[in-house]
Amino acid sequence: MAKSALLKSSLAKKYWMAFTGLFLCTFLVGHLLGNLQLLLPVSEAARDQFNEYALFMTTNPLVMILSYVTYISILFHAIDGVILTYNNRKARPQGYVSFKPSTNSTWASRNMGLLGTVIFVFIVLHMNAFWAEMKFGGLDNTVYTTGGGESVKDLYTLTLSTFQDSTYGLLFVIIYVLSMAAIAFHLLHGFSSGFQTLGVNHPRYNGFIRKLGYGFAILVPLAFAIIPIYIHFVLENVLEKI
Amino acid sequence: MKLNLKIWRQKNASTKGKIQDYKIANVDPDMSFLEMMDVLNEEMVEKGEEPVEFDHDCREGICGSCNLQINGKPHGPDTGVSTCQLHMRKFKDGDTIVIEPFRAKAFPVIKDLIVDRSALDRIQQAGGYISVNTSGTTQDANAIPIPKEDADAAFYSATCIQCGACVAACKNASAMLFTAARVSQFALLPQGQVEATNRVLAMVEQMDKEGFGACTNTGACEIECPKGISLENIARLNREYLKASVT
Repeated sequence: MAKSALLKSSLAKKYWMAFTGLFLCTFLVGHLLGNLQLLLPVSEAARDQFNEYALFMTTNPLVMILSYVTYISILFHAIDGVILTYNNRKARPQGYVSFKPSTNSTWASRNMGLLGTVIFVFIVLHMNAFWAEMKFGGLDNTVYTTGGGESVKDLYTLTLSTFQDSTYGLLFVIIYVLSMAAIAFHLLHGFSSGFQTLGVNHPRYNGFIRKLGYGFAILVPLAFAIIPIYIHFVLENVLEKI
Repeated sequence: MKLNLKIWRQKNASTKGKIQDYKIANVDPDMSFLEMMDVLNEEMVEKGEEPVEFDHDCREGICGSCNLQINGKPHGPDTGVSTCQLHMRKFKDGDTIVIEPFRAKAFPVIKDLIVDRSALDRIQQAGGYISVNTSGTTQDANAIPIPKEDADAAFYSATCIQCGACVAACKNASAMLFTAARVSQFALLPQGQVEATNRVLAMVEQMDKEGFGACTNTGACEIECPKGISLENIARLNREYLKASVT
């Protein structure tokens, strides 16, 4: 009973949701720290630094293992979420004529599936724009040797020029910022909810977890969103400068 | 007070129901909600119409029988009370009040506003008990020392009246708060430890089998619960289940 319970039951699905969700929170921090390098003034040195970092992130065995765990977590979180949402909808086949959920729960907590779908679409677009280019040879003709003697693909120029594109740049910035807003709302509920699901609920720590969750949910997506805005509106045009 | 009522009418489980409009006058603000329903029914009987069926028993907020979804909220707009202790002074003259049964796949409508909540009984029966030999040599429960805090927490969990408001309020029609309260009242006491593992596994399995949804931690149940059963119980259920699953 015990073994099958940890795979099949509604609680088990929730544990996996919480576990993968909180793991993906740590991924967000790591990803953000790397991205912050894009705020440096456009220069050969900034380009070298970012591209060497990108090379390290795609070739270091430990980072590669971590990234496969991340891909699996995202897929698992998404599939598990779809199954849970489907089962939850089935639990009330006939709805109410009058239902006032806004009086007893937050919008984000009731729309995690919708927010998750927006985030999933963003991840697909995002990986298609950058990750696939890096992985599947789209950047092969941009390879150059950095000042440090490393042979790197020029992900830096691709990233900056994407958001600085005179036709679509602003559109990409808007999509990016809206997606970060979806992540923010997803985390506003998801962060503390993950702890509750894993059984961490104690009057002494609840306030701290809730505040930490709100801080995380606002600051991390905000920091992500600032980067493309800064690249588009403030940073010099990479194609003109380098 | 004069009120416009929109009440769910449904002949039986196999027929489709619908909202029907009723008007009621001379409602005393100090009437309870169920007394208002009684007056409506008396008027309907006098007119030769079929009265509205609704669940009720003690009318003291103890038994957990009454269960109306009033204006989109289980037990109506007041907090910390069940439908029987909701008073008409919480409404204004001329208000329109929508009255519906608690909705869940696991709570099929029997008639009008009465739903079958035996799914909650079956969760309780799956493990919500302790096996005690009652042959006459039973140990006095007071002989087992229990910290005051644990005894109080177990008591608060046990105040659940099994009305089903948690299920009705939840967007997923989840019975997690109910199951969690029932698991907690035993998990907190030494008497409950012996069967703790099987209890939590069996009760959750039954909960899933009945077709209730999963918990999204929206917290709606805690707010709408007439007894104020806390979300801490759900976290405790999560811990107990995890512990039982891996050991």
